[in-house]
Amino acid sequence: MRSKIMTGAAILAAAALALTACTTDSSSTGSGGLSIDVPDIAMLEELGDMENEVNIVAWSGFVEPAWTDEFTAETGCTVNRRVAGTSDEMVQLMRTGDYDVVSASGDASLRLIAGGDVQPINLDLVPNFGDDIVEGMKGQIYDTINGKSYGVPIGRGANILQYNSDVVTETPTSWDVAWEADSPYAGKIIAYDAPIYIADAAVYLMAHEPDLGITNPYALDETQLDAAIELLKQQNEIVSEYWADPAAQITSFAGGTTVLGTSWEILRKLTDDAKFKSVLPEEGATGWSDAWMISAESESPNCAYAWVDYTSEAEVNGAIATNFGMAPANGAFCETSDEAAAHCEYFNATDEEYFEQVWFWTTPIEQCIDGRTDVTCTNFQEWTDAWLTVKG
Amino acid sequence: MNRRAQLSALLALPMLWLIGIYIFSLVMLLVTAFWVTDPFTSKVKPGFTLRNFEQIIANPAYASTSLRTLGIALAVTILSILISVPLGIFMAKVASPKLRALLAVAITLPLWAGYLVKILAMRITFTEEGFFNSMLGPLGISGPGFSIVTVVLTLTYLWLPYMAVPVYTAISQLPPNLFDASADLGAGAGFTIRTVVLPLIRPAIIAGSIFTFSLSLGDYIAAKFVGGSTQMIGSIIASNINLNPPIAAAFSLVPIAFVIVYLVVVQRTGALERM
Repeated sequence: MRSKIMTGAAILAAAALALTACTTDSSSTGSGGLSIDVPDIAMLEELGDMENEVNIVAWSGFVEPAWTDEFTAETGCTVNRRVAGTSDEMVQLMRTGDYDVVSASGDASLRLIAGGDVQPINLDLVPNFGDDIVEGMKGQIYDTINGKSYGVPIGRGANILQYNSDVVTETPTSWDVAWEADSPYAGKIIAYDAPIYIADAAVYLMAHEPDLGITNPYALDETQLDAAIELLKQQNEIVSEYWADPAAQITSFAGGTTVLGTSWEILRKLTDDAKFKSVLPEEGATGWSDAWMISAESESPNCAYAWVDYTSEAEVNGAIATNFGMAPANGAFCETSDEAAAHCEYFNATDEEYFEQVWFWTTPIEQCIDGRTDVTCTNFQEWTDAWLTVKG
Repeated sequence: MNRRAQLSALLALPMLWLIGIYIFSLVMLLVTAFWVTDPFTSKVKPGFTLRNFEQIIANPAYASTSLRTLGIALAVTILSILISVPLGIFMAKVASPKLRALLAVAITLPLWAGYLVKILAMRITFTEEGFFNSMLGPLGISGPGFSIVTVVLTLTYLWLPYMAVPVYTAISQLPPNLFDASADLGAGAGFTIRTVVLPLIRPAIIAGSIFTFSLSLGDYIAAKFVGGSTQMIGSIIASNINLNPPIAAAFSLVPIAFVIVYLVVVQRTGALERM
């Protein structure tokens, strides 16, 4: 399972195979492997004088005065923040050319790179990107393409199974309670409301329908996608709600409409009620891994680099991770204080074994990223279209 | 000549608004429906393709969602009429002036609260351990939860004033002697409402229904917060707007078509002239 994490240099050296590593057995990809046509965008060779400002598109909680004030004082770059709610919105905002930096999740980053919207990052100019970055977040498929790095990791988390222990008295070990028609909690199950949730169904099928041959939930051929949609339709009969808005998810649990379903650690924490517990079921789960990316058309590249470097520093990276509720990318943060250590422990920051069970969001593309070459995989547009049929 | 200049000066701003901003953006939207999207980067490129429309026809989810949305919009309209007519008659003909003023405030008050606030209020009301279930639970009644029924109730709550106000105004303008005459001729209350009041206030009902119908048709936030797994036309457009704007544009033709058909039907009845 280790293999879903891109193992870096060895594979990159295999030239055009940049996208292959997402399989259980990356050697099986052979010479017919994947390469992505990426527009040639120049990498910044050296830093110059700071500009006046940097415009950032970010998830809520990533850019806060608690750490931007010091940045502005140090560099003279004023930080302008734009909070985006979804990956798709981020991609759209970056295409306006008005922003310098984005905190892209894996399902946005590939689109940005292939669309020529972000520039390769010269890691020599980001001294804080060093050995302290946790192993599982280096050279990932969704920010390193054709040997070039496009993103500097911020943090990661899993889409866990949250449950109300007053109702669900036995700790679930499997996602079956959320997927099977005979679930004892039918009618009280919450599901995530986005096409990328198809991957969650694929993760479940991977364990329960081995005949389908799914080895990566983001590389589904047509038959596999159909099977995932069938499972989602079956789940549609037993869901209480779909959530895209975090506040709605919290109130759904708190108000008793929902007793179990997909969640993030931070949302469970926000319920502020010990009866809500979470588990990473045996099948594994999907998750997200975010990275800073710099716009290809950035008017303030120096401020942008300064921001990326500043936020990769252990303390600042930790502050973002703590505020958002995720595992920080910079492992050094965990040793800065007892509180930090507790945070890292809680979010499994340096526990690669935990994250080996997590399939980080990746944009599905026609080339099968599990290395298959005899079939065409379904792309994100097809996922979006198929997703509509789930709710009918 | 001078008068003409005056007239064009007077019309310049509304025309600029209507053509320059309103019509132009609608036309742009329709043009986008024929553009293509790169399947990988989801970048939109100008071009001409009918693929977006083919996709809407090929995928049955688009048709079923359109019909569901149409049903919701009609249900909201009918429910609004059923509430507004008796309410209007009571306010205009029965209630004391004081009570009338109170009711008028009560009907229009929700208009002053934020749209999202009202939807979230409905969400709290209908949540499993919410107000509805805790009030009626002891009687053995359990609420509809988050479902299509709750969407209809929420939209009715949101748009009722747009129906209630014109209906009340129309009823209060009915001459009292019509009621007297009807009673003198031996008609009961129900008969009077059916044969005298309803035909006379029909233009007001139709005017109100244009609001309740078209506002419900375009809504998706209610479905998102109180709909459970209910999918409406707006939900699909919203989920496509960033990923595949051309298909979102193509699908937005469906509610436009619904509203046009509705307006044509209304026009046939001659109600628009008397509005």
